[in-house]
Amino acid sequence: MTPIRPRGAPLAPLTAKERERFDFAVIAHWIPEGEHVLDLGCGDGRLLRYLNESKRITGYGVEIAHESVLGCIRNGVDVIQIDIEGGLSGFEDRSFSHAIISQALQAMHSTERILNEMLRVADEAIVSFPNFAYRVNREAIAAGHMPVSEDLPYEWYDTPNVRFFTIADFEALCDKLGIAVRERLAFDAFGQPVTDDPNLNGSLAFYRLGRA
Amino acid sequence: MSLENSVGNVAPQRFCRNAPLALKGGGQLPSFELVYETYGTLNAARSNAVLVCHALSGSHHVAGTYADNPNSVGWWDNLVGPGKPLDTNKFFVIGVNNLGGCYGSTGPLSINPETGKRYGADFPLVTVEDWVAAQACLADDLDIDTWAAVIGGSLGGMQAIEWSLEFPERIRHAIAIASAPKLSAQNIAFNEVARQAILSDPDFHGGHYAEHGVVPTRGLRLARMIGHITYLSDDQMDEKFGRNLRNGEHSFSYGVDFEVESYLRYQGDKFAGFFDANTYLLTTKALDYFDPAYAYGGDLAAAFARARASFLVASFTTDWRFSPARSREIVFALMHNRRRVAYAEIDCDAGHDSFLLDDAHYHAVLRAYLENIKV
Repeated sequence: MTPIRPRGAPLAPLTAKERERFDFAVIAHWIPEGEHVLDLGCGDGRLLRYLNESKRITGYGVEIAHESVLGCIRNGVDVIQIDIEGGLSGFEDRSFSHAIISQALQAMHSTERILNEMLRVADEAIVSFPNFAYRVNREAIAAGHMPVSEDLPYEWYDTPNVRFFTIADFEALCDKLGIAVRERLAFDAFGQPVTDDPNLNGSLAFYRLGRA
Repeated sequence: MSLENSVGNVAPQRFCRNAPLALKGGGQLPSFELVYETYGTLNAARSNAVLVCHALSGSHHVAGTYADNPNSVGWWDNLVGPGKPLDTNKFFVIGVNNLGGCYGSTGPLSINPETGKRYGADFPLVTVEDWVAAQACLADDLDIDTWAAVIGGSLGGMQAIEWSLEFPERIRHAIAIASAPKLSAQNIAFNEVARQAILSDPDFHGGHYAEHGVVPTRGLRLARMIGHITYLSDDQMDEKFGRNLRNGEHSFSYGVDFEVESYLRYQGDKFAGFFDANTYLLTTKALDYFDPAYAYGGDLAAAFARARASFLVASFTTDWRFSPARSREIVFALMHNRRRVAYAEIDCDAGHDSFLLDDAHYHAVLRAYLENIKV
């Protein structure tokens, strides 16, 4: 995966827009042309639109928030308004090539159920999340405060996040659930790929998951 | 009701078809007429036509008013008009009274050409499929090959669904609101109680009440009262009426004590004053029989395999007549077939009747979807 900025470019944290584009590019890289996907917590459907425009990928978004559902419809994205905390009953087994949850798993309570359901309805799951054990976050905690950064842009009192986990935690859960990590990518806050100790040096983590 | 952005004064038109229409339940109508209204202008490509399908008690009078009666505002006027979500500056909108109706289309009140008398109870039971077939005849007559969209709430949504199955190439978008792919046992049960109320009215005379110069008002009134309970949510009824007393004290009689009783009686009386009992009966049967999955062993996904349209499905959280779960059945059947579908579950406290209201988010959803339809 190429970094979003060429090496040697001045290092500044990615802006929200750059981060989003980066997130989309990483996910698109993992999905072959023309596949059929499910995007959980799809917001206003921008990822699905990007996947459709860049790789003719079709599929549905799932959202619970009224404004996001309206945004999807405005964007011409097929959205299903359902609360995925209750699972994906009604969605058929293996009816999608990929189930995606981009930057939304940390905002949901039923983590285990959602991961299991993703791998029931799809052959592969793609998960991206902010790594709470990123060096900068650890430093914030060490200094006595909950981390606030480009990748964790909320104060503790207004965050939509309800699950605070790390790369190491996530992989332990996958192991427990019999989920195989087929590929992992981690990036620092500057969008540079991280291979050395990603749990410490990675700000954003991306996983391609399958059944073990 | 605000008349802002109204289509203004409208006049019904009449379509006559002088050829037989075979009916799903057997038999045929030797000829038939449909009354309809149109709003907006059909474009040169004839690609901007939208059919609005009515529910149990609706009509072809969807929007605007009749010049001689300023109170005669169409039943979906809040949706249809210039600048409204179903924008008549963009779309050519058609409302049609279905076969078997009592607003001017061929139905139980019409003269049976074979007997020279009113059909009355002899009018055949027509189905949602028959309605759609008749609407297709009208579309042919207007030289509309393909609808940009067919839209309806409740039973109207069922017609939108049926269009996508019966004429998959003639409908680009199906919008089914507060609808269901079939009635549940409970739904049928409510319909049956309503029918029994009419059928057991001494003035019903086997459906030939017109010949006796009477109307089964009591039965029709009771049927409407029962129906009305199912259109509202428990919460909304509580909010609207609670246990409020009509006269401030308990009367210890069978007169009207509670406001809700007064409301139901008023609704029942109003309805019984203009609606035809035979139309009510046959329409509830059309509802009961609607079940596109029936021919596929109950497999709704298989039934939807031939659909080609894109769908917008919307439901209301407080609708217990056709609950959100019923709409989700439609959505999952479409997803099975990888059809395009957006599904919105709208928070609105008004129960089934929410589809007729102008809740801001609900109308924003419809507007957004309709704006994306290319004409």
